Amino acid sequence: MRVALVGQPNSGKSTLFNALVGLRAVASNFPGTTVEILRGRAALAGKPVEIVDLPGIYSLAAQDPAERVARDFLLSEKPDLIINVIDASALPRSFTLTLELMELGIPMVVVLNMADEAEHKGIHIDKDKLEQTLGVPVVFTVASRGIGLRDLIAALAQARVPSPPRYSEFLEELLGKLGAAAQEKPHLRAFPARYAALTLLAEGGTWPEEVREELASRDPAELLADERFAVAGRIFREVAQVTRARVGIRERLDDVLMHPLLGYLFLVLALFLLFFLTFRVGSALEGLLMPSLESLATRWAEVLGESLAGRVLAGALDGLLAGIGIALPYLVPFFVLLALLEDVGYLPRVGFLLDGLMHRLGLHGKSVIPLLLGYGCSVPAVLATRILEDERDRFVSSVLAVLIPCAARTVVIFGLAGRFLGPGVALALYAGNLLVVAAGATLLARVFPAAGPGLILEIPPYRLPTLRTTLGKTWLRLRGFVKVAWPLLVLSSLVLALFQTLGWERVLNLLARPITWPLGLPPEAGVPLLFGILRKELALLLLGQALGTEDFAAALTPTQMLVFTVFTLFYIPCVATLAVLGREVGWRRTGLVLLATTGLALLLGAFARLLAWAAL
Amino acid sequence: MFLNSAPKPLVELPVGHTARVAAVTGPGRAVRLRLRVLGLRPGARLKLLGRGPGGPVLVEIDGCRLALGQGVARRILVVPETEESETQ
Repeated sequence: MRVALVGQPNSGKSTLFNALVGLRAVASNFPGTTVEILRGRAALAGKPVEIVDLPGIYSLAAQDPAERVARDFLLSEKPDLIINVIDASALPRSFTLTLELMELGIPMVVVLNMADEAEHKGIHIDKDKLEQTLGVPVVFTVASRGIGLRDLIAALAQARVPSPPRYSEFLEELLGKLGAAAQEKPHLRAFPARYAALTLLAEGGTWPEEVREELASRDPAELLADERFAVAGRIFREVAQVTRARVGIRERLDDVLMHPLLGYLFLVLALFLLFFLTFRVGSALEGLLMPSLESLATRWAEVLGESLAGRVLAGALDGLLAGIGIALPYLVPFFVLLALLEDVGYLPRVGFLLDGLMHRLGLHGKSVIPLLLGYGCSVPAVLATRILEDERDRFVSSVLAVLIPCAARTVVIFGLAGRFLGPGVALALYAGNLLVVAAGATLLARVFPAAGPGLILEIPPYRLPTLRTTLGKTWLRLRGFVKVAWPLLVLSSLVLALFQTLGWERVLNLLARPITWPLGLPPEAGVPLLFGILRKELALLLLGQALGTEDFAAALTPTQMLVFTVFTLFYIPCVATLAVLGREVGWRRTGLVLLATTGLALLLGAFARLLAWAAL
Repeated sequence: MFLNSAPKPLVELPVGHTARVAAVTGPGRAVRLRLRVLGLRPGARLKLLGRGPGGPVLVEIDGCRLALGQGVARRILVVPETEESETQ
């Protein structure tokens, strides 16, 4: 049996999904966290069930690519059962989607999630009455705390095909007149007659003459939306009692955090703290781990000896240790802090605060969300551009998101520039990066003039992150590192050790000389930079191996360290990013991004060299 | 009910005031529909909670908060409610 979680954005589908199938989906507090279909298996009430987590949709009349993914799944793959997840605090609006789903002829269960939030807002819902009105089982849940899951599982067995809602006489008559025409359309034949008529009405174009006359100049899609709001409002008034909302600190928080002046100050402070704390905690952990790991590596090298096999094996172990000693110390605190910002619900606020600024750069506030996610990893950041309505905005935001230093590059910035040149240099690199991103946006706005409609973004309530969700998400992201980057790191170290032993690395270093020479980097930096295309942190971790020491200050001049960091920050996105970029914006444009980033990295690397030369 | 004042763009509504949506104008059917499904339909009551730097507005409608860019807010025509109707 296949069960689909369907609901409006930020209603808690992914949190519910994780609660049902185990930790699989990244769940955050902003609309549009999920942009892809995620499938998981679970045994519910003893039966094997496939559960599908879909991107949030406000309506089946999808508008952005994330919504289209969800709608196409619903209509073409027809799940056996729909769990309609509703944010109980966002009623009556959320009911409008429920009404649309009720037309599909698929058994349904309605979940009123965030039931605690609704009570807080003074919304009290009569569950029995709602069950009667909708004709399907209704369950209260608080998915983030696992409340109501057992009720939900029990309710799945009671799922029923609801009878479609009744609209106004006017609309019902129109639908009656469209019925025959709808059945003649091949693409609508698979659907229930009523849904087919509704779709034909919304699609427009080939209506019978009398329908055309009756609608006159009214937009049928708007008419449908209004009719659904009317019914949703009626249901809400029937089943809900609204008392005075409790106004607490959370409601007052926006007076400060979204304030035109204080909001900006807090934003700067929050970003500063994100990086500063990551650096302080990271370097403390690194200082704690490195000495013992290095002595371990020396001992291994002695034990394994000078044979080819021994040196290659020692290289692989070096890679493993570098992953523990250099990468993890920065990744753990960074992911925890990022998860906190996401789960509290701060990201959409930043979108609001920066909307004016983003307009000057040819984008709007919603693009801030993919850009901020870029600090975590470029891959989900590029995917997150799917929440943008405009194709041009998606492309521009994807390119800019790739320029944002991801967690892997944060390892390089802090592990090299931060550790050996000082935290001030690291912070300056972040600030400088933002200037480059802004300049890039301005440039792209010239080539691709902005035509987007502007910001339309829901601002969710603040939520206190639970330990489980925050640590869970951190673990999900770390697992990406442990499962993908670590094996790659060990393999790359092994290959590098093999090359070194056979003397082949000199050939590769020679090939990279057109890049390392103008930047004033030692030839040995060539191979690490090549491997860095696989994953950015490899550039730094293998640099240690190539130079024969993790104490970079002993092998490189400060200028070289700065230039290496700047170059790594901007050059070719890693292969995973290139792959997703190719899929989202096309391969030709991805090729251009590849060329442009390499050129940019060379230019900025040379600039950094000049700057360091002038400063010294 | 709309007799006492004429519709004006949402951007001109003072912070803290409530109004009813009269119409969403301008080109771009997709934008109009997106606003519609978010609840910005004629007759809906909204409150302007705040204004951001550079023009975006924050509104509350049906108990939910929406951030709207200046360009979008300019296209939404509202009829401000009088002080009396607010206290009712």
